[in-house]
Amino acid sequence: MKPFAYVKPADVAGAVRAVSDEPGAKFLGGGTNLVDLMREGVERPDTVVDVTGLPLDTVDQLPGGGLRIGAMVRNSSLAADERVRARYPMLSQAILAGASAQLRNMATVGGNLLQRTRCPYFYDPAAACNKREPGGGCDALGGFNRSHAVLGVSGSCIAAHPSDMCVALAALDAVIEVESVRGTRRIPMTGFHRLPGDTPEIETELAPDELVTAVELPPAPFAARSRYRKVRDRASYAFALVSVAAALEVRDGAVTAARLALGGLAAKPWRAHEAERILLGGPASEESFARAAEAELAGADVRPGNAFKVHLARATIVATLRELNTGKGTA
Amino acid sequence: MRVTFTVNGREESADNVWEGESLLYVLRERLGLPGSKNACEQGECGSCMVYLDGVPVCACLVAAGQAEGRQVRTVEGLAEGDRLDAVQEAFAECGAVQCGFCTPGLIVQAHDLIARVERPSDAEIREALAGNLCRCTGYEKILDAVRLAARRKAAT
Amino acid sequence: MTTKYAETEPRQDAVKHVGRPVDRVDGRAKTTGEARYAAEHRYPGMAHAALVHATVARGRIEAVDTEAARAVPGVIEVLTHENAPAMKPAPKTSLMNLSSLASGTTVSYLATDEVHWNGQPVAVVVAETPETARHAASLVRVAYRELPAVVDFAAEEPNASPQKSSVLQPAGGDKGDAVAALAAAPVSVDLRFTTPPEHHNAMEPHATIAVWDGDRLTVHEGTQNIAWLRAHLAQRFGIPERAVRVLSPYVGGGFGGKGFVWAGTLLAVLAARATARPVRLALTREGVYRTVGGRTPTVQRVALGADGDGDLTALIHTSVAMTARIGGMPEGVVSSSRHLYDAATIHLRQRLVRLDLLANTAMRAPGDSVGSFALESAMDELACELGIDPIELRRRNEPERNPMDGKRFTHRMLREAYEVGAERFGWRERDPRPGSMRDGRWLVGMGVATAYHPSLTMPADVTVRLAADGAVVVRCALQEIGVGAATVQAQITADELGVPLEAVRVEIGDSELPAGPGAGGSAQTAGAAAGVLDACRKLKESALALARRAPDSPLRGRRLDDLEARDGGLYHGGRGETYAAILARAGRDHLEAGGGTGMLKFLAKTLNERRRWVKAASGAHFCEVRVDRDTGEVRVSRWLGMFDVGRVINAKTAAGQLRGGIVMGIGMALTEATQVDPRTGRIMNPSLSEYHVPVHADIPRIDVHWLDEPDPTMPLGLLGIGEVGITGVAAAVANAVRHATGKRVLDLPITLDKLL
Repeated sequence: MKPFAYVKPADVAGAVRAVSDEPGAKFLGGGTNLVDLMREGVERPDTVVDVTGLPLDTVDQLPGGGLRIGAMVRNSSLAADERVRARYPMLSQAILAGASAQLRNMATVGGNLLQRTRCPYFYDPAAACNKREPGGGCDALGGFNRSHAVLGVSGSCIAAHPSDMCVALAALDAVIEVESVRGTRRIPMTGFHRLPGDTPEIETELAPDELVTAVELPPAPFAARSRYRKVRDRASYAFALVSVAAALEVRDGAVTAARLALGGLAAKPWRAHEAERILLGGPASEESFARAAEAELAGADVRPGNAFKVHLARATIVATLRELNTGKGTA
Repeated sequence: MRVTFTVNGREESADNVWEGESLLYVLRERLGLPGSKNACEQGECGSCMVYLDGVPVCACLVAAGQAEGRQVRTVEGLAEGDRLDAVQEAFAECGAVQCGFCTPGLIVQAHDLIARVERPSDAEIREALAGNLCRCTGYEKILDAVRLAARRKAAT
Repeated sequence: MTTKYAETEPRQDAVKHVGRPVDRVDGRAKTTGEARYAAEHRYPGMAHAALVHATVARGRIEAVDTEAARAVPGVIEVLTHENAPAMKPAPKTSLMNLSSLASGTTVSYLATDEVHWNGQPVAVVVAETPETARHAASLVRVAYRELPAVVDFAAEEPNASPQKSSVLQPAGGDKGDAVAALAAAPVSVDLRFTTPPEHHNAMEPHATIAVWDGDRLTVHEGTQNIAWLRAHLAQRFGIPERAVRVLSPYVGGGFGGKGFVWAGTLLAVLAARATARPVRLALTREGVYRTVGGRTPTVQRVALGADGDGDLTALIHTSVAMTARIGGMPEGVVSSSRHLYDAATIHLRQRLVRLDLLANTAMRAPGDSVGSFALESAMDELACELGIDPIELRRRNEPERNPMDGKRFTHRMLREAYEVGAERFGWRERDPRPGSMRDGRWLVGMGVATAYHPSLTMPADVTVRLAADGAVVVRCALQEIGVGAATVQAQITADELGVPLEAVRVEIGDSELPAGPGAGGSAQTAGAAAGVLDACRKLKESALALARRAPDSPLRGRRLDDLEARDGGLYHGGRGETYAAILARAGRDHLEAGGGTGMLKFLAKTLNERRRWVKAASGAHFCEVRVDRDTGEVRVSRWLGMFDVGRVINAKTAAGQLRGGIVMGIGMALTEATQVDPRTGRIMNPSLSEYHVPVHADIPRIDVHWLDEPDPTMPLGLLGIGEVGITGVAAAVANAVRHATGKRVLDLPITLDKLL
């Protein structure tokens, strides 16, 4: 690990000031991803600004029924929050589907938003990676890419975003609040992460000196009936090959509200707007679910290693919607 | 830097700690507490687990500075004098220990589980321990040990 | 037919210890954190080493820039091929000197500018702290002139050449004309299987502490073979064996990965010599992947021909596996096919490709674990073709004698294992039609497969000392890799001498002790037991000799064979006396005896036995899986293994070995694969995050049982138990998946994309 300076500010103002002075500075939350990447030599900050001491660790009620989640709330606390479990079950399920119990105890909500890809070529400084070294090339294109993205990919990067929590946040239209010396701004979750294009090294809309301070969940009554389904290589403790965060409201056989976001398929949590459009107002039927899934996946750009993901995503979307519709098959 | 925190009830300090050292490193290399194991340094195996302010974490991912002023409890701090904790006893008794390298981390995680959940179901145990890899035992006897420890703890 | 015993039902008399589920003697040390593993020892002035790994598969080092690394405060030395002290080359291998087999690779590290694999250590940084060493290692810049490298196993398959046979391991063989018989068979299957490279992933990464004192060397390392490690270090560093001490009281898992000597060990010793400091080199998890070999990938063909009744008329099993240009262990991939089925004709061949990769090495049941996947999958497919129950097909083809050569089995109870196992598992409830059993969204399948692993012993020297106060000390340089080595030998000793278990202490893990067998080939327990039995007998003879000298001894005139060792002494019926009384009368404070056979006698006996007999541990696996009908996710939901492993010494530790083998087999079946990039030869998942070993949530209840019938030719009748558990497991899973889905997966691991 490259030597660095460690500072631990006590308030948000101190934290954002600490990075504004220091272009090579990084915020440190639970450390579950950043510390690992620093040890691998992938992240090489000069200064680490530990933000775990900031008073951003509560989940608060918002007027109108939403929730405001402090960026330093630990993943396990958020998943266990009774309000989250009752109103946004897909979010609780998504968090619990991620990592392991001990990592969830450590990981913060803010840190989870900024998780970096698990692409093996990104992790190995001996490999070519445009994300790690812009312009260096991409070894994943012709290498091991079974876990890689099929939506929104570019010729420079096919890495997938690894977070489960973010998929649920995308489906729930969460808003990210960020702060810097320039002040506070709000970024919609669906626009927070970027697709790779020619600049895969830039992963979010966050400026280097901006700190995530909170995530706001708008009220979403339909989300009380929602589900996060994760498909992976082990029964627990593995990144998603495909995941689906879905909410469905059906009246008289017709879909009156639908939310769908996909994980494991893109460089960002993928909000399935096209599928939602097809579902909305249509019949709550197997055929309609399949049509919606196919429309969303029509633009998939696959490689031999990850071509199965299109089929898998379709099957998982349909199964999850079916389950929400019938209330069966959760076992 | 100097880092001071409480380990197993005793205040300990380490001087000249380099910022990049982990809590695991400080415990093992500076404080002479190698019970917490170093097996992956990525938070992937659970062998290094300790309590940090009462919450089980992977010590390999905690930067040393983050432990400043906090309470750490390691596998060395679970027994009371000569009397083993119920989880330690049950692990040895049930055949849940083989090579022993994953054992300290598993014991900390299991200790926390039965402190939170009086009688965890098998599914709860399997999921709670999913972040603690064991390559020897085949897991079954670990499950037995957690059940036994929970039963004994509930009975006392 | 014998009575069946589960792991919790001791067969033995209550006063005996053998057979009982005795708690392991190191349980307390391991649950409290007191047990000290190799990296956890401290020496004044100890320095720390870190490796720099090559990033090309083959080439010459053109330049090494160590300036930035040397500039890091705390760096003591940076060793490269330009400045490192020399090491002697790896020894030529010879069966007359088994420790010559210990070389992981033949590379002379830091003595050459040649790079032989992607990951080879090309420099070592020694620093005051491990963090400093690791950081400085990341600053070493190496320029290579790349050479063409052959790293793609799949592409090289057509270029494989025949594997050589050895005394211990025939590489092929024929019985009749299997090719013609297959062509003529009314029913046949002909399948091509692949298995990927795998890694042991013992939880303890390899670590070495090397301390030189003049020309004497002390090494702390978790090893599976203390004697080989000691001999190898003596040879490589040009000192006598007696000048090397290896300390290895606790080993954090091995599975074959710590059986040989790899770069980290040699470089720690080299660095200690170069810096005149005690040096610790603890590999990172990635470092283990880059410098310690794993299981070979294989491509296999199994073709079976049968008549309409299911009698095998042809069995063809051929394989291609790898070794490296710089060493590696040719595996007996088709070995199971020599022993399992009474086919009228058999054709076996093994071929090898040699690659520019790190040498492969033994991993739990080398050969048999991968070979049994292919053979036992093919048998299941043949049963499907024939419309016969797969257990019935195996029963019909169960041989009376070894199929290839007609040798006798010392012991064989596969029929019983299947019969009892089927009953307990509820095999009868299986509807044979694929896809016919469902539970909600899950397709349910049941499969079986045979486990088979040859049994052997290795020689051990053992001393047993009995003191006047009743304390017994057994000494043998065994390796405790998790099997309960000290515990089971204490049980045996307690029974043989008739003393309480608590009175026996077993000293292991130190090369100063009498030489033990390695912990490999499932051979340690039996080998050590033979030495313990011999030493105990000699000790009792000495006690009896002492007693007989006394006119008033009740043992006067007795022969040892007439006596029973119990209650701390020797007795004939109700008459006898304690060892304490014998020693007190003779004015002695202890008795000591040594046991064991010499290597030459051992080899002669082994070869003689092999000419006459075939012996093995075996068993029947029963597996139930659930496959998600939408996503293809596979979950193992039930398991039962019914084993024939001879006599079981400790029901608790034995069950752990069998169960651990099964779980490693489930990993092999469903998730495990080392990803070697075919363009660069570089391992791309060198971590526990991307190499998926099974986690707790993947594993259901696993029942293991054994038939508990002693083998007539083995010490105490025990057959090795460490490896048989994994054999056949992947096939049982694949067969259950076939039953659940109708799909036959031929390529491991069975990931969901293969079922969509």
